[in-house]
Formats: sequence, structure tokens, C-alpha cells
Amino acid sequence: MSLKDKLLSSYLAFEDHLEADSPIHDLRTDAIKQFQETGFPTKKEEAWKYTSLAKVLKPDYSIFPSPDNSIDFQQVKDYFLNDVDTYKIVFVDGVYSAFLSETTHDMVDVCLLSSALSKPKYKPVIEAYFNKVAKQESLTALNTAFAKEGAYIYIPKHKEAKKPIEIINFATGSEAALMVQPRNLVVVGENAHVQIIERHQSLSSNPVLTNSVTEIFAEKRAIVDYYKIQNDAPTASLIDSTYIAQETQSHCKVHTFSLGGDITRNNLQFIQKGERCESTLKGITILENKQHVDHNTLVHHTQPNCESHQDYKGIYADTSTGVFNGKVYVDKIAQKIDAFQQNNNILMHDKATINAKPQLEIFADDVKCSHGCTIGQLDKEALFYLRSRGIAEKEARALLMYAFANNVLESVSIPELKTRINKQIAAKIGVSLGFQI
Amino acid sequence: MLHIKNLHAGVSNKEILKGIDLDVNPGEVHAIMGPNGSGKSTLASVIAGKEEFEVTEGELDFQGEDITELDPEERAHKGLFLSFQYPIEIPGVTVTNFIKTAINETRKAQGLEDMPAGEMLKKIREKADLLEIDRKFLSRSLNEGFSGGEKKRNEIFQMAMMEPKLAILDETDSGLDIDALKVVANGVNRLKSKDNAVVVITHYQRLLEYIVPDYVHVLMGGKIVKSGGKELAYKLEEKGYDWIKEELV
Repeated sequence: MSLKDKLLSSYLAFEDHLEADSPIHDLRTDAIKQFQETGFPTKKEEAWKYTSLAKVLKPDYSIFPSPDNSIDFQQVKDYFLNDVDTYKIVFVDGVYSAFLSETTHDMVDVCLLSSALSKPKYKPVIEAYFNKVAKQESLTALNTAFAKEGAYIYIPKHKEAKKPIEIINFATGSEAALMVQPRNLVVVGENAHVQIIERHQSLSSNPVLTNSVTEIFAEKRAIVDYYKIQNDAPTASLIDSTYIAQETQSHCKVHTFSLGGDITRNNLQFIQKGERCESTLKGITILENKQHVDHNTLVHHTQPNCESHQDYKGIYADTSTGVFNGKVYVDKIAQKIDAFQQNNNILMHDKATINAKPQLEIFADDVKCSHGCTIGQLDKEALFYLRSRGIAEKEARALLMYAFANNVLESVSIPELKTRINKQIAAKIGVSLGFQI
Repeated sequence: MLHIKNLHAGVSNKEILKGIDLDVNPGEVHAIMGPNGSGKSTLASVIAGKEEFEVTEGELDFQGEDITELDPEERAHKGLFLSFQYPIEIPGVTVTNFIKTAINETRKAQGLEDMPAGEMLKKIREKADLLEIDRKFLSRSLNEGFSGGEKKRNEIFQMAMMEPKLAILDETDSGLDIDALKVVANGVNRLKSKDNAVVVITHYQRLLEYIVPDYVHVLMGGKIVKSGGKELAYKLEEKGYDWIKEELV
């Protein structure tokens, strides 16, 4: 049975356990219909031209893993940001782990989507926001149909989450192959502030396919800092779709650190609905072996006087492949937009590949939009400069790669996270540089 | 210290250096002057070991050892230093971290332990003061957004830290105003001893008023066509290079 057929028949079983009068039941019904019609995307679609899911759809995934799979803290403690106090929303094989989590309802809600979907007091928020910015693309529709668990974060007007929030999805390996579909909803009220770190981590070499959807709403003057750490096992694939709606003067930043995994697809879409918004999209991608990462970004400017900044750096070794497909769309009334897009890539070996496709669609006539894309090897002049100062070739290369990627880290606002990513990058590049940058 | 005899070098079948002879002894300051395109920067790059240049003929010895086959880093470990005409910007690596790495990599190659952190810090401060470099400057990314003068001053700071036996200063005076030029020249002079040597490559006599050479060489068409004392630099400043061309004919 194909994965599509398996999912469709599983949905019937899943639906039996749902409350028919739940506010989102109709959404699910529509969503599964849509998935039934469109199925999984293929390379025939322009947006998927360089990424094939064929290989990752083959395993016989468990769709409803056992709710009893567990792990102990010692086994996973290194995946948490240990040197800073955080809220934690942790899922083990798609199931919430109260034991590993630290949630709160003190002024802000940092808890579970399953509660938010079932308890009446959350109903107004769910009705106002759930599935309102997510687009009905087939994989997102599939996630909506099965959406049951994930993080629910609600920061009311003028409030601030006092600690960064970690959302971690562990796959234990108890299932021979596991498919999970986390669904996160983040609502940040007027003048509110939140910092979120999200990661997906497989603890075994069994295949894992994650189809994750996150919706983020930033109300007026809200500030959202979102960090995605993608350093998963080589047998884990991730399709991440993140949709962000921004109101007037809100600032949203998403950093994506893609350092591991098998196939990773990042759909990251911003829509600016008010004036003087700022959107920042940054990424560091360092791949080896046959790894593949596809960054598909969209910033839609619908109102005047806004900014967007995109800066993606990639280092590709061996036969790894990367895709950067970045689109900026400026509506006719969205004058005085400052949209900047930068994508720099270094290919370490002959068989490494990057497909870069910047797209600007501009219908306003008074805007500042620019994009720059480079693909190359390390700068020979810079290499000679370092070597002439006594730094051996291998270390000089490492230092240059490190410096190349590291530039993106400057805007990370959690110092402990910055240090940690710094170390991961240094480790990934394979040298001990003996200093902190 | 540096012995160059009949040195021919170039890039992909294009010969740029066409038989250079040059000997530099400890304690000496040599100036190499010449018009644009005469091969001055190529000579500096070939001595430092830039891979795109190929030595096709001749001798290149440093402290009695043939260095033509050595990597740039190996030459640096033996005490060669090139101050770049156009120092490279490296965002994300601070001046301090860069110099620490350079010194400790060199020490490692010489079989020494890393320099203790306290000693390193003391030395960095001392040399920064010598070149009138602001401390804040040391935590900035290497050469990124530096003015021309700051870049050159930073090159000489690195030289002061590395304490080379032979320093080649490639157009260190270009991009410097007169005050910065004095600071840089003063730095070079203070570092000078009877055991080390300096080769100054320049277009203009201006720098040579502050770093006084023992010998001046004129490089034209890939060869040293005339050598003399410091008065030769004044004559070049006054009369240009044409009279040498005429002499050669």
C-alpha cells in the first residue's frame, strides 16, 4: 500500500475518535479531501523541481505510534539548551511527555495544542487563528487533517514569555519507521515578545518522516524570534512548513540551522499585513554525504513602508545538494518596501550541487529590492593571506568556512544558543579552532 | 638571509620575473622601486609562496635553504612575513583571534606549546600601543570595514606580533596619510634589529624618508636594472624612470 493510501485509510480510523462538533472538524474534512486530490508533491511541480520525496515515502511508517514509548532524561539532556532556563514542550514519538516538559499558564500560555483544541476556554483563540495563515498546499492539508498535537503558545497583549521556549520532538526508534505530524500554533499579542527554539531529533537509525506545520501570528508591535535547529540523524527527513502573519510594526525573525538529517524541506512564508513590519529570514546550511536541504521562502509585502531581509549561507561537501528558492512578492500598493535577499554558497567538492533561484515579483513602483547570489569555492586570496600568516591550509580552510557561516549568527538574540550553534558549526567543519568567536 | 639568483617566475606560460638577482643580509633595509607592472608585487608573492605563480628557473633561498617548494605557511614558520598591498577582509574572525591563531599555529609548527594567554594578552597590548591602535579595534572583524590606513596599520601590527626574520612590505605606504605613515614607519623602525631585515616595495620615495633604506633597487620589465644607495630613491622621485630606460638603451 502506498503511503498516500495508508494515510487516507488511517484518517477514517482517526476520524472515529474525533468529536464531530469540534470547531475544526470541517477543516479536517476539507483538508483530507484536498490531500486525496493532490497527493504528495512531485518534481513535476515547479516548487518541488529539485526535491524528490520518492525515497522518503517508501518505508512502511507507523502513523499512530504507541503512546507508551518513553525515554529518560539522561538519554536526551544534551539536546536541550542546558545553560539557560527555558520552558519546554516535549513530544516523544508524537506524544506529549509531561515528564520532560515544563509548561506554564502564568500570564502566558505555553502548553499543548491538544488541550487548546478540546477545552472551551481556548475556543476563541482557535477560532480566530487556527489554520488561518497556513496555505492549503497538499502537505499542509495532510497535516491539518491529522493535526492533534503540538505546541500551543499564546502571549497576550503587553506580555512577554519570561524564558525562551523549546519545542522538541523526539523519535525513539521504538517504531520500525515513524511518521509524525506536529502542529504548532503561536499567537503573539500586541506589544508582546517571545523566543522559541524548535528541533526534531531522532534517537535511532530507523527512518523518521516529520511533516510539521507551524502557524505564527504577530500582532501590532509584537516581536518574535524563532530558531530552527535541524541537526537530525541521517535517516530522518523533515518537511517543515512555517507560516507567519505580521501586523503593523511587528518584527519577526526566523533562523534556520540545517546541519543534519536526510532530506529537509523548509517552506517558510511571511505575509506582512500592516505597515512598518520587519521580517528577517536567515539560514546556515552545512551538508555532507548525500544530505539534501531545500529552502523555499516567500515574503509577501501587502502594505507600504516595510522591510524584509533574507540571508542564507550554505556549505556543501561530498555529493550533498542544496536548493534556495527565495521569492519576494510586492503588491501594487506596497510602496517604499526595502527587500533584501542574499544567498551565498560554497561547494567543497565537484559533485556537490546547489540550485539557487531568487524570484522577485514587484508590482509597486517605488521600492528598493535587491538580491545577490554567489556560488563558488573558498576565496583563494583569503586562503593565501591566512597561510602566509602561518596558518596551515586545512585550518585556514576551516577558519574561512567558519567565518563565512558565522556571520549569520550575529542576529541570534540568545547568547547560549549562539555559543552552542557556534560549537556545532566548528564541530561540523571538523576542527578545533581553540577560540571562541 | 635571502638569496635570489636568476629567478624566473610567472603564471601559465607568461613570464613576469625574468632573472632577478637580490641578496638581503641581516640588519639591512632594501627598497624595491619601479613603475606599475614591472613585477614588484609578483616578486613579493613569489617569495611568500603564492601558488598561482610558478618558479621556472633560478634560486630562491632563505637562511641557506631552498624554499621554492615550500608552502606559504611553511615559509611563515621559518620567519618570512609579507605585508599585503590589499589585505583581505575576513568577516566573523576578530583581529585578536586571528593573530592568536597565527602565532599558535606557528609555534605548533616549531614544536612549541601555545603561548600562555597572559603573555599573549600582554604582547598584544604592547604591540597595539606601539602602533597606536585602539583596543576596541582588536575585537573587530579582520579588515572588515577598515579604512585603507587601518588595514595597513593592522598588517604592521601582525608583523610586530609575528616577529619575522624577514619582512616584505608591499606598497605599505599606499592609502596612508602622512600621520599614519609616520606611525607605521616608526613601528617598523622600532622592530628593526641587527638580526632581521626588511624589504620595502614602493612606488614613491615618500615612505623611504621614514624607513631609510641601505639599498635601493629599480625593478623594470621583470629584472632589477639598477641598484644603489638611498640617493637613488631621490633621483627617481625627481626624474622618474625614463632616464633609466635611456641608460639601458
